[in-house]
Formats: sequence, C-alpha cells, structure tokens
Amino acid sequence: MAEIIVVTSGKGGVGKTTSSASFAAGLAMRGHKTAVIDFDVGLRNLDLVLGCERRVVYDLVNVIQDEAKLHQALIRDKRLENLYILPASQTRDKDALTPEGVERVLNELKEEFDYIVCDSPAGIERGAFLALYHADQAVVVVNPEVSSVRDSDRILGILASKSKRAEENAEPVKEHLLLTRYCPEKVEKGDMLSVDDVLEILGIPLLGVIPESEAVLQSSNAGVPVILQENSQAAEAYKDAVARYLGEEREMRFLQPEKKGLFKRLLGG
Amino acid sequence: MGLLDLFRKKPSGSAQTAKERLRIIVAQERAQRNTPDYLPVLKREILEVIRRYVQVDSDAIQINVEKDEQQEVLELSISLPTDER
Ligand SMILES: Nc1ncnc2c1ncn2[C@@H]1O[C@H](COP(=O)(O)OP(=O)(O)O)[C@@H](O)[C@H]1O
Ligand SMILES: [Mg+2]
Repeated sequence: MAEIIVVTSGKGGVGKTTSSASFAAGLAMRGHKTAVIDFDVGLRNLDLVLGCERRVVYDLVNVIQDEAKLHQALIRDKRLENLYILPASQTRDKDALTPEGVERVLNELKEEFDYIVCDSPAGIERGAFLALYHADQAVVVVNPEVSSVRDSDRILGILASKSKRAEENAEPVKEHLLLTRYCPEKVEKGDMLSVDDVLEILGIPLLGVIPESEAVLQSSNAGVPVILQENSQAAEAYKDAVARYLGEEREMRFLQPEKKGLFKRLLGG
Repeated sequence: MGLLDLFRKKPSGSAQTAKERLRIIVAQERAQRNTPDYLPVLKREILEVIRRYVQVDSDAIQINVEKDEQQEVLELSISLPTDER
C-alpha cells in the first residue's frame, strides 16, 4: 500500500523543498518507486532543485483540470529511475487546487508508487492544508529558531485536528521532526537552540538533524538533490534520515562542532 | 568579578531565553487549540459588558474550557482592580 508523506513546516524558507527533493531521492535510491509533488502553486521550485525545469510540460493543475493525463505530467528523473516529479503550476489562481482534484491525483499515484512525497508551501492556507490533508506521515521541517519552532507547533495542531485521518478518527498522522540548518558551533556558544531544546518543546520523534551546509546551495545551483553529493555532511545526514524512516537504527551524526584538520577535509561542507 | 573574566568570552546564552519563551508560548497556544472557536468573541463581549461597570484591562479576563469524561466546564475568572468596589 502506497504511503503519503507530507513535508511541511508552517514557516517559509526553512528547507521543505530541499528536504522533499533529497528525501524523495533517498527513498528512490533505496529502491522504492517514489513520486514527489510540488504543492507550491504559483511558486514552483522543486523542478529547479531537482534539475528538471526544462522538461516541465504539464503540471499538477493541468492534471486536476483534465487538461493532461497524470503520466503526461510526471517527469522521470534522469539520475534515479525510481524517482518521478509532479511539478506545481505557475498559475496565480490559488483556487486551482481543489480537494477533489488532489484526492483523485493522489489515488491514481497510489496505484503505481510506493511513496508519494508532498512538498508543502509555507503558511497554513489552502495549499498547505491540501498538501497535508491526505498524509499518512508528516516530516515537519524545523530550524533551530523561535519562529520556526512556534510555526511548526501550529502545523502539528492542524495535523492532529484537520487532516483526513483526524476527521475520520483513524490512526493519527505519524509525525517526524527533521531539524535542518543546524550549526553545532552556535549551539555550543549558547546562541542556537539545541536538538534537545527543540525536542523538549515540540515533543515529537526525531527523524534527523541536517547541518547548515554550503553543499545545499551548491547542489541547488546545479539542480542536483543534495543527497547525491559526495563527501557532504548534509547528504549523509539525509541518507541517515531516510534510513531511519525505513525503520533502521542510525546514530545521530554531525551534532558536535567539527574538529579542525584532517577530519574536516575528509567530510567537508 | 576578576579582571581576567573581562577578557574571557562568556556564552551569551540567548538560546536559553529563546527556549524559555518558546516553552511558554507553545504551552499557551496548545491550550487554546482545543477550545471552541467562539471563545475569543465571547471574551470580547463579556469584556464590553464588564466595562460598562468597572474599568478592567483586557487581560483581566481568563476563559478556560475544561473537559473530563462527564462534562465540559466553561471557567470564567475576572480580576477586578483593587481600588474599585
Ligand atoms: N541544510 C542547509 N544548509 C544551508 N542552506 C540550506 C539548508 N537547507 C536549506 N537551505 C537553503 O535555504 C533556502 C530555503 O530552502 P527551501 O528548501 O527552498 O525552503 P522552503 O521550501 O521551506 O521554503 C534555500 O536557499 C536553501 O538552499
Ligand atoms: Mg518550498
């Protein structure tokens, strides 16, 4: 049975799209047929991060409005044979996403895919709501910073009360914390919330900690999900998170400031 | 404080402040989350009525909904200014 995963946060710019791309790529690398959907109508970006922007012909809204078939809109990744992307539309009409339309697309995807990753837009409006409504599991992306933590708690509230699972009194959406843009040096200085601080406040299980890393910028410049980068801490941290999601035990890494010297050069960035 | 301490870099500890503030606001918002939608309006209207008689601050009214298995209780507490009778 296919599983729907929403990557959400409330706040913008925390790393949802970066994480959706790498998480979906990570699942595909592990042999699971995965589709990743960009729900950010009007602000399409996942295509750029995954490097397929020039191959977009049809988008999610076209499929919903019956202007294209699902398989015409899905873009197969050039590097990972198990990875498919459904881009967002650039229309300015936010009402183009309808609950019935989204449900139909997800049901169709479920027949073919193992995992469906929904990259949520920021905010708590229609787009964000539709992205999380059908979710079985939620990856809540949080930065160690006050407004991000607070906003993510609001999203947790919405998952618990407004999702389909909540409405139907089914088993609740399974929540995972993905802490990104983490700077161990700042934590050590006492100027950044630590993993433990955030865990204590939000009280949901930790899926992974992604360090602040230049590799993220470099790979989005190149249109390659960062998880495919060699010798990158961010890539390793995303691989660990995917492995944990799939039920494997992995120790948390990159939580301490780096020792200078050889080690840094081996796993730099 | 010794002279040497002046030169020692002290952790500024702003994360500690962040954590304390978050703990409070998150707890408060979670408590509000499961209350009926009409509470804010109810609170405003009660405040208006009270103010016809006594001048109170807008934070003088606390409304809570307590739930247990048997019943739901709407708890209302208004603190009056001390010099007023
Ligand atoms: N771990 C990280 N290290 C450094 N930069 C990051 C990291 N994660 C995300 N970013 C950067 O943050 C910005 C916002 O990321 P994005 O994934 O688009 O966020 P969102 O989808 O939540 O708005 C981008 O410029 C991205 O490159
Ligand atoms: Mg985004």
